[in-house]
Amino acid sequence: MRALLLRDLRLAIRAGGGFGLGLAFFLILAVLVPLGVGPEPDTLALIAPGILWVGALLACLLSLDRIFALDFEDGSLDLLATAPVPLEAVVSIKALAHWITTGLPLVLVSPVLGLLLFLPAEAYGWLILSLLLGTPALSVIGSFGAALTVGLKRGGLLLSLLVLPLYIPTLVFGAEVVSRGAQGLTVGTPLSLLAGITAGAVALLPFASALVLRINLR
Amino acid sequence: MTLRVHDLTCARGGLPVLEGVSFTLAPGKALILRGPNGCGKTTLLRTIAGLQPSIAGEIEAPADSIAYAAHADGIKAVLSVTENLQFWAETFGTASVEAAIDRMKLRALATRPAQTLSAGQKRRLGLARLLVTGRPIWALDEPTVSLDTDSVALFAGVVRAHLEQGGMALIATHIDLGLPEAQVLELGTYKARLPEEGAGGFDEAFL
Amino acid sequence: MASLWEYANPLKFMRTTDRLLPVVAWAAVIVTAVGLIWGFFFTPDDFRQGSTVKIIFLHVPSALMAINAWIMMLVASLIWLIRRHHVSALAAKAAAPVGVIMTLIGLITGAVWGQPMWGTWWAWDPRLTSFLILFLFYLGYIALWAAIDDPDTAADLTAVLCLVGSVFALLSRYAAFFWSQGLHQGASLSVAPGTRIDWAYKAPLYVSMTGFGLIFLALVIAGTRTEIRARRMKALVARERMA
Repeated sequence: MRALLLRDLRLAIRAGGGFGLGLAFFLILAVLVPLGVGPEPDTLALIAPGILWVGALLACLLSLDRIFALDFEDGSLDLLATAPVPLEAVVSIKALAHWITTGLPLVLVSPVLGLLLFLPAEAYGWLILSLLLGTPALSVIGSFGAALTVGLKRGGLLLSLLVLPLYIPTLVFGAEVVSRGAQGLTVGTPLSLLAGITAGAVALLPFASALVLRINLR
Repeated sequence: MTLRVHDLTCARGGLPVLEGVSFTLAPGKALILRGPNGCGKTTLLRTIAGLQPSIAGEIEAPADSIAYAAHADGIKAVLSVTENLQFWAETFGTASVEAAIDRMKLRALATRPAQTLSAGQKRRLGLARLLVTGRPIWALDEPTVSLDTDSVALFAGVVRAHLEQGGMALIATHIDLGLPEAQVLELGTYKARLPEEGAGGFDEAFL
Repeated sequence: MASLWEYANPLKFMRTTDRLLPVVAWAAVIVTAVGLIWGFFFTPDDFRQGSTVKIIFLHVPSALMAINAWIMMLVASLIWLIRRHHVSALAAKAAAPVGVIMTLIGLITGAVWGQPMWGTWWAWDPRLTSFLILFLFYLGYIALWAAIDDPDTAADLTAVLCLVGSVFALLSRYAAFFWSQGLHQGASLSVAPGTRIDWAYKAPLYVSMTGFGLIFLALVIAGTRTEIRARRMKALVARERMA
């Protein structure tokens, strides 16, 4: 288990793209939006929570197809499926590795991008907290989508079509936490719903992902 | 500790390819699976390894006893030879990779990233993985692809040593491995027949 | 008594629906025609909404069927996963395009209704939004069926997607209601006493709902028959190849 996590992290660092790509995409989005919308601080401040959350979502999506596809192509997935580790654990560990290489860096740079988008000062804490609570769900849900499309030659576009609708609840509650925080309202309800979705997804979805992987290996 | 396969039927893409396959593999024995391309050697090995369900019949083997090796070796290009092996050793809960590196004559390559290896060297690394799994039953699919004659002999020696320690090997191959003591199973004789056209039943209507 | 599962046998299913399909199809045409003509031409105009209100006879039945189709897919997927009846998986596959069209009709009639009433074609109202999200879920489901070659693998994967998708579709609906309190009126048919809709509307509405239900049934049966034939053709080709 630990070996798998370390291997995936090592591969992400050495093969490049793992850390960098998602972050760069997130940054580009935060630059493009003001260029498209205009530089008025009030407008930007209003849409900042949504843009940051949508950006995190899309940046997460970018690296999803690598979770299983590479291991599927080189045969590692067959070997992992016959290893004395439950496939559910393999799936969870791989989602965790994806979160560490994609979700966590997004959380860490989000305040800088918030600055670019004139996010109100009260919202920074909620931004970090909501992303910290929400991005694990993005990785776990995404790994389910990646497991569904692992055997397909051109799975990338289909993967987005399958995964993005599943991201809706996380997005709604996550962005709601930040925008309520920005207006100085209480955020307890959306925050606990966000945490609930993450907890449910982390606890249950690996079983579906492992089931789907076994079907795809057959 | 034996592998016992009884009246096994296995399918590829929803169609039965082999039926009535039965054999017993005792400790220290090797069984070579032969047959023309597409006769179901890979399907049989994957079914025995537990990667796909069988249609009918039984496979009796102790839990977690089979190590499967296919055409793809599961090698990560950016990891070194030692790191690749180390990962599988830890995943399978065995201690050391040093013995396996020496056995497959990979010592000189140990610190090289796997992407710089030749096809034959990669294959040797893939077979070294079998040694670090510590599992008694090897299910090997064309293990000697892209190996030169010296490496084939090396591989045969490793298999023989494994058998002498009470291991077992199930090998699908076309070439002579230099394992005269191994039994041979011709899979051509187990070719599955389709059910009769329109023969009642539920889902048979699709076959 | 013969077990219900016997109808999961493709042969039995084909034989039964051979006789059933024309009956259902004609009943669908007649009942829908009666419901719509009654609703459009023989009901009074609403004192507030005028004749615009009559689009309800298309809007509500299609919206209902859009949701029912998904529920049917969910049940059929569960039956496939548990009992491995091919007809069940193929029926789920056949229901998806019908469901997606029903969702589209619901969305379009909603826009046509919304234009004169609210002065806008589209509003990010929770009901409309959750319907749009349902539409996206349908698209993903259909795309996954289309992407996978092996029919049994496709059936397995789409069934799991349908299960997981159902949970997330419900969550999305809840999220949409949480996110915006909208313009949309409450449920059109309330079970509570003191109903808000007069029987003059309700009766033709029930008739056209039945009609849409029959249309759905007829299309799913026809679609399932096509899928069964396609599977059979594939099997025959495979049989040729093996012989």
